[in-house]
Amino acid sequence: MIRLEPRKEVSKHLLYLTPVMAVAVTIALGLVMFAALGKDPFRAIAIIFYEPLTDLFTISEMIVKATPLILIGIGLSFGFRAGVWNIGAEGQFTFGALAGGATALALYQVEGFWVLPLMCLAGILGGMAWAAIPAFLRTRFNANEILVTLMLTYVAVLLLSVLVHGPLKDPEGLNFPESRLFHEAATMPILIAETRAHVGFIVALVAVAVAWVVLSRHIFGYQVKVMGQSPKAAAYGGFVEKRVVWISLMISGGFAGLAGTFEAAGPVGQLVPALPVGYGFTAIIVAFLGRLNPIGILLAGFVMALTYIGGEGAQISMNLPSAVTGVFQGMFLFTLLGIDVLARYRVRMARRLPAEKGS
Amino acid sequence: MDLLVLILQGVIVAATPLVFASIGELVVERSGVLNLGVEGMMILGAIAGFAVTLGTESYFLGIAAAALAGAVAALLFAFLTQVLLSNQVATGLALTIFGLGLSALIGQGYSGESTTPLAKVHIPLISDIPFIGPVLFEHDPLVYLSVIVVAGVYWFLSKTRAGLILRAVGENHDAAHAIGYGVIKVRFAALMFGGACAGVGGAYLSIVQTPLWVEDMTAGRGWIALAIVVFSAWRPGRALMGAYLFGGVTVIQLHVQGLGVDIDAQYLSMLPYLVTVLVLVVISHDKTRANLNAPACLGRPFFASS
Amino acid sequence: MSEVPLLQLDGITKRFPGVVANDDVSFSIMPGEVHALLGENGAGKSTLVKMIYGVLHPDEGSMHFGGAPYAPAKPSEARAHGVGMVFQHFSLFEALSVADNVALGMNKDAVGANLDQQIIEVSEAYGLVLDPTRYIGSLSVGERQRVEIIRCLLQNPRLLIMDEPTSVLTPQEVDILFETLRQLSAEGCSILYISHKLEEIRTLCDKATVLRGGKVVGSCDPRQETAKSLAEMMIGTTLTMAERKQATLGDERLVVRGLSAPSTDPFGVDIDDVSFSVRAGEILGIAGVAGNGQVELMETLSGEHPTPPETVMIDGAAVGHMGPTGRRRLGMCAVPEERLGHGAVPDMSLWENVILSARTRKGIENGGFLDLAKAQAYATDVVAQFNVKTAGIEHAAKSLSGGNLQKFIVGREIMQAPTVLIILQPTWGVDAAAAADIHRALQRLADEGSAILVISQDLDELMAISNNFAVIAEGRLSDVSPTGSLSIEEIGLLMGGVHGSAAAPAQAEASA
Repeated sequence: MIRLEPRKEVSKHLLYLTPVMAVAVTIALGLVMFAALGKDPFRAIAIIFYEPLTDLFTISEMIVKATPLILIGIGLSFGFRAGVWNIGAEGQFTFGALAGGATALALYQVEGFWVLPLMCLAGILGGMAWAAIPAFLRTRFNANEILVTLMLTYVAVLLLSVLVHGPLKDPEGLNFPESRLFHEAATMPILIAETRAHVGFIVALVAVAVAWVVLSRHIFGYQVKVMGQSPKAAAYGGFVEKRVVWISLMISGGFAGLAGTFEAAGPVGQLVPALPVGYGFTAIIVAFLGRLNPIGILLAGFVMALTYIGGEGAQISMNLPSAVTGVFQGMFLFTLLGIDVLARYRVRMARRLPAEKGS
Repeated sequence: MDLLVLILQGVIVAATPLVFASIGELVVERSGVLNLGVEGMMILGAIAGFAVTLGTESYFLGIAAAALAGAVAALLFAFLTQVLLSNQVATGLALTIFGLGLSALIGQGYSGESTTPLAKVHIPLISDIPFIGPVLFEHDPLVYLSVIVVAGVYWFLSKTRAGLILRAVGENHDAAHAIGYGVIKVRFAALMFGGACAGVGGAYLSIVQTPLWVEDMTAGRGWIALAIVVFSAWRPGRALMGAYLFGGVTVIQLHVQGLGVDIDAQYLSMLPYLVTVLVLVVISHDKTRANLNAPACLGRPFFASS
Repeated sequence: MSEVPLLQLDGITKRFPGVVANDDVSFSIMPGEVHALLGENGAGKSTLVKMIYGVLHPDEGSMHFGGAPYAPAKPSEARAHGVGMVFQHFSLFEALSVADNVALGMNKDAVGANLDQQIIEVSEAYGLVLDPTRYIGSLSVGERQRVEIIRCLLQNPRLLIMDEPTSVLTPQEVDILFETLRQLSAEGCSILYISHKLEEIRTLCDKATVLRGGKVVGSCDPRQETAKSLAEMMIGTTLTMAERKQATLGDERLVVRGLSAPSTDPFGVDIDDVSFSVRAGEILGIAGVAGNGQVELMETLSGEHPTPPETVMIDGAAVGHMGPTGRRRLGMCAVPEERLGHGAVPDMSLWENVILSARTRKGIENGGFLDLAKAQAYATDVVAQFNVKTAGIEHAAKSLSGGNLQKFIVGREIMQAPTVLIILQPTWGVDAAAAADIHRALQRLADEGSAILVISQDLDELMAISNNFAVIAEGRLSDVSPTGSLSIEEIGLLMGGVHGSAAAPAQAEASA
């Protein structure tokens, strides 16, 4: 019979080792899954996990995917540490993209270095506004933010669709439901020539650095840690829960909105109903896989990006559906959550005691 | 008049998957566990039910397969959260993402296929009563099953000792453990029941409502089921009401244009989600009442200290 | 009159990682005997009785019940043998009724069809009045204990185990409980009574087994012993209590006027028009049974719960509206009741935990940024000054023993040189040596001119260290009197307040 004994303190070595173990276990499970589906397991795993790393272009595509994942993941990590469960980053991403994109369209053909920063500002404010709704509803009405943020995601996606079908539609575009292509001044500058990797990646790296500093050296980083672990101790320490909730949601909303604007102004180049592709949800996995730690999120973002690109490769080469990406992402989180227990508890085999003991 | 009958029938059909999913999750939450993976369990049930029904031409086996699929998914969640003590929110989310992906993967071969929907039951005499007959008494068996399950859960929770133990576990798992009740066993059982219900709810979509398979066909119903549980203040009868309310809203927005109201359909599609938020705000606002109705241990991990 | 013991323990041993909780424990209880299990916090009493009740299993040794081998694998087996247990921390379900709670605590086959009626009958027979339909959440602590007891009584117990039952009762409720226990004992039911309250044991019990550090160190008839001799058996050394000197008191430093506040807990107690003051050099003690507003009072004073500005004044400044940080800046520090989860974050290291309350007064936070070196230096100082046994300041708070963690938290607050210190349950769950250290530290702080407020359930502690004291009951505060001017009975009556639980039990003859 297996018994779990809590360790006196969390084992630091295992804390770093378990994500690596999770990746290994997931790949192993993936081999089994592909075999069960009648596909060549080793070829599939190689296409998903190895091939993207061998080509410069696919690496640049990984950067394109990792950028929003890291940005949103960093934003979410503060709230998650504090016990504020923002599940609707996808909605804030969408609304931010809408805000930033609408600004671009309003400034169509206007030149100037300030156009892009203004769009980014709009995107940040848009994301923050969308996150302000659950913040308000939670602090004022005690409404659970998990459900509110989620419901608002559906609303945001529908709103994008409505507006792109209507007022934001390209007037010279043959009536397709899409906006104008953004003009040069409203497009993200490219980082690596001949690829789609844009300067948003640098912003993501800066975000990682700033988050690291805040988490380890700033009182707000301390506040979210305490609030998530011991709410009563947080009150004792003089930390106000409502403020932490607001600030956490503003941060995650702002980052998600910024990521949304980067996507619209970068790889996509316009507003379309299919703009939200699930980064907001995958970023949640990225945040957990990275253990809510900035460096971890950076690495986890790349691992998830790898599954995206690899999944696309598998779709092309082996006729697997794009959904295979979602399967791996879910499996990563499962295995990490399961293996995580080793870092916090010691596994003991307990002998079953006989019912009677001789005297 | 015929349109009204059609609309009301539509409401019942739209509500039934929500009834199954929410009553299952209600039992789970009464035992103190928050399972956000309802959407994942529903979609797995949908593909399992569809695939098996198509393959065996037996609705019974299809529904059984759906229940099994949901229960197995719930088992995974139960193992991770109750034995390995993982974070319930993250695990539930992982289950949803994984379930959506896995169902799409398995369902790849079935897109575009369809099957004949489960036949409606015609009860002699009762089904012929004007208006009430067709509206209430001419539905497929799963509709009636859903109501029976709700009644059964009500009886179980309030009138049986086992139900009392389940409520106690959700209320104070440390005390229940000290007295000697198997907290983890109770929660495993509750989770598997919840999974089975969610699976059947999903299968209703793919076998009855729109009898074909589409990726992500649950379209967020699992999340609405979670909202319905809160809306119901964890009481079975109110969950049934809540499910019909939400079913009603989704159907109304389909017919609004037919009734001559000129609003973009997509704005109307937002309605169920906005209504959920509103409902959530209203019932959460009264902090003390909500607290007294909520199982006190909801979402808190249980660790046997002895 | 059989000579076969009802319960016999031989060589019972139980180990946990890092500690031997019970070491070769042997004793026996005769039918109808009231047997005390005596020892300090951490001596192994709770572990031992959990094994008798089937919650834990011994690693070595054997038990016999009524002469036959006895090794319950779970509580329901213990209950089937006739063993009932009333835990120190009640196993009750607040949102369920009394009847439901009783049913849950009984084995399935023992629950009769007319449970409500049975509850009423038993409660009247033993003087423990209860209404089966009420919700536990609406009952007082004393009433909740009755539910636990009735739960046991309905199963015709042959052995009733009570774990620290009187720590939550007023003196009058204690009398009622003792009458009930005597009645049971006269009917042939044995009582195993766990406590560290020496006077009670001398009043109630026929025999006592003394545990210290997991071993049996003595066995005696408590009536033949004095409280001092029992205490020495328990502690092993002669105890020097903190000396309470007659102090010259200075100006009022903490002034509370007309403080009223609703409780944030739906089952809590509202604070009602509390007024008092504490002067420089004074230790003011507030006595009271748990659940009478102590936590709420603490929260309003420490700033976790704001009140009108003038209701709380520190050195003349109105602070009622301020949060904890503002009050700390003005010189007030506080030690809450719960160590892990309130006074300290369990999974954070000791130096991270000093940031929680000392960052303002110790200059650890500047413009939002934290000086980690300062935090570590301060933590090191606290550990050294207060003799905290720990492997290092980077280790998690939860890795410390209860006494050491309490010393750390108290030290963290005292070394901030507060002008006002508020401390709730300073030595709860703490071994005697650490408790004495803490009392001495409080005395030193008072001598240096600070005003100290000690809120405690432990009357002995308050009598020993406070200059003046008052009693809190139902959220209201009695007048302040010099320590020693009131008798224990008078204090007990003040503590009873509005409980109204002075009903005398039906006499033993009525149901013999």
